[in-house]
Amino acid sequence: MNELQRANRNMTWKLLAIAAGSFGFGFALVPLYNVLCSVTGYGDQAKLLEKVSVIEHPDVGRTVTVEFLTDVASSGEWEFRPVKRRIQVHPGELYTAEFYAHNLTGRDTVAQAVPNISPSEVAAYFHKTECFCFKPQHFDVNEGRNMPVRFIIDPAMPSHIDLITLAYTFYDESSRVTQRR
Amino acid sequence: MADELAHAAAHDDDHDHKPHGWRRWVYATNHKDIGTMYLIFACTMFFIGGGAAMLIRLELFQPGLQFFDPQFFNSLTTMHALIMIFGAIMPAWTGLANWMIPMQVGAPDMALPRLNNFSFWILPFAFTLLLSSFFVPGGAPAGGWTMYPPLVLQTGSSFPMLIFAVHLMGASSILGAINVVVTIMNMRAPGMTLLRMPMFVWTWLITAYLLIAVMPVLAGAVTMLLTDHFFGTTFFTAAGGGDPVMFQHIFWFFGHPEVYILILPAFGIVSEIIPTFSRKPLFGYEAMVYAVASIAFLSFIVWAHHMFTVGMPLAAQLFFMLSTMLIAVPTGVKVFNWTATMWKGSLSFEPPMLFALAFLFLFSIGGFSGLMLAMVPADYQYQDTYFVVAHFHYVLVPGSIFGIMAGVYYWLPKWTGNMYDLKLATWHFWLSAIFVNVLFFPQHFLGLAGMPRRIPDYAVQFTDWNMVSSIGGFAFGLSQLLFPYIIWKCARGGVRVGNKAWEGAHGLEWELPSPAPYHSWTTAPSDAVIARGAAH
Repeated sequence: MNELQRANRNMTWKLLAIAAGSFGFGFALVPLYNVLCSVTGYGDQAKLLEKVSVIEHPDVGRTVTVEFLTDVASSGEWEFRPVKRRIQVHPGELYTAEFYAHNLTGRDTVAQAVPNISPSEVAAYFHKTECFCFKPQHFDVNEGRNMPVRFIIDPAMPSHIDLITLAYTFYDESSRVTQRR
Repeated sequence: MADELAHAAAHDDDHDHKPHGWRRWVYATNHKDIGTMYLIFACTMFFIGGGAAMLIRLELFQPGLQFFDPQFFNSLTTMHALIMIFGAIMPAWTGLANWMIPMQVGAPDMALPRLNNFSFWILPFAFTLLLSSFFVPGGAPAGGWTMYPPLVLQTGSSFPMLIFAVHLMGASSILGAINVVVTIMNMRAPGMTLLRMPMFVWTWLITAYLLIAVMPVLAGAVTMLLTDHFFGTTFFTAAGGGDPVMFQHIFWFFGHPEVYILILPAFGIVSEIIPTFSRKPLFGYEAMVYAVASIAFLSFIVWAHHMFTVGMPLAAQLFFMLSTMLIAVPTGVKVFNWTATMWKGSLSFEPPMLFALAFLFLFSIGGFSGLMLAMVPADYQYQDTYFVVAHFHYVLVPGSIFGIMAGVYYWLPKWTGNMYDLKLATWHFWLSAIFVNVLFFPQHFLGLAGMPRRIPDYAVQFTDWNMVSSIGGFAFGLSQLLFPYIIWKCARGGVRVGNKAWEGAHGLEWELPSPAPYHSWTTAPSDAVIARGAAH
């Protein structure tokens, strides 16, 4: 019987180790997911937040529509909208679009915009040279101002894409801190 | 119960000696006692979760908000799912495993009796925690059993209760699964080779490995939710560079194997019942084993079919669509083998066989609607509609639940030594089989017509089928009351049965006396006995 008990104990520990490994695997999925996103370029925040320097080679024969969408994480605290809702652009040319944000939180605060682009395969071809989303933005009480994003579209972007939607969600960083309690 | 205790007292000096009173249950290490507790717990949870379902169908009987505010309705759907999955079906399977696996492999008990006690007694605490969340500010969790952020992070005071309850249920099922694996791998009687094991043991072995592999992943995912909510991490918060879609990937990496955890033991039970009542060995035993193993393997690479609409590369959609459809192949092997087992058999239709046959038909319907959902373009229409609700209820109610009921009706005479009221059980079967269809079949139509799930109100054109569905629901719910009554009546007495309660039954459990002695197979069965049992 002793031998059986020892075998049972050994196997139990091995199975517990597998369970612990699975628990770790759940957390390992987080970096794995990010690696997968940056390899494929889908919804890749690192790519979208990357500052690049570019040389312009405008492809004037091709026109792409870029739409701007805005959203706020909790309504009522911010006014946040694009100055122009949509623009026509040529791939290979540098453009500037402006976004207007107005702090209605009633206090000095810091906010961060998080970008998202669709269709997601565009992420690999949509380059920003400058963006208000690169760093948190400070706003005084009731301050409103325009913020620029400068971008250039890689002419290598697949030809079937003629509409790009760039969306920003504006997160009040200080409110996120208080939400944690 | 009193009879049983008196009986035990009268035979204090024989090997059936068992502890008395509450100690027998609280300190339980006997696999049969623990199995009984699991089954009673599961039955209790089945009726609590069923109560929530009745309230859901009550609200949906008519359009408009009749009885509950939407928040409470959402709590009902969330809690119904959590209770049924983690409180009813999974503990019922563990209970059946506890009762039957040692008897079926010729072992005197489970390998780790004290761990067995621990894994059971975690459950009442987990569900007390979960159920008491109805009474805290903000009410019970209402963000769906899938706990998607950011919605679930808005849960009120019940949020940590939900997370810790999930942790406890997870711990309980992991420990239970470890016990099953060790028992099967180390405790089999000499001569009980792996390919002589009954199908129920095989399916449970594979289920246990699935549990050990994926329950910790769920524990990890909910831990991330917990730290996102309380400690400022941003695993799933976009503002800090996290991604809510990642939660869905992690959750369904657990969630898809989980649905096979809920159904595989039913495959095992049906694979034992159909041969018994066809008086023929199971057709293609080895193919059945390999089919279950293939289903288990495939379950790890199909998870994203639950989330086609969240946005993913076309190549990924194609991969998950095709891998999902591939599951139909081993499942088809099983369905055809069960059918072939019955071919030219001499069939009889006792309640376990009736439930197994209903399983065969109705689970297949659920499988077919699953194939429809696997198709990416079609899924864009079906996603989050009642079609999905109809699909997974077809695989869970006439699938898992009928499987459990078939198993209970099959082995109840072995447990109690008495035959139950066959007429009443047949009534229970027909009422269940008819009304489960009245309840869930119309939900296919509602879903195809565009009725969204998890909504307390609906457009008026959905009224008729919702009424039909609700009537089916109330009738199904009421007819389930027969089930505990039949079991209770059988435990109190009835026509005595011999070792083999069913003439066509094979397997080591039928070599033991009925009722099964408190300690069985204290001496391992002989090779001849094992060979007689393994009729395939």
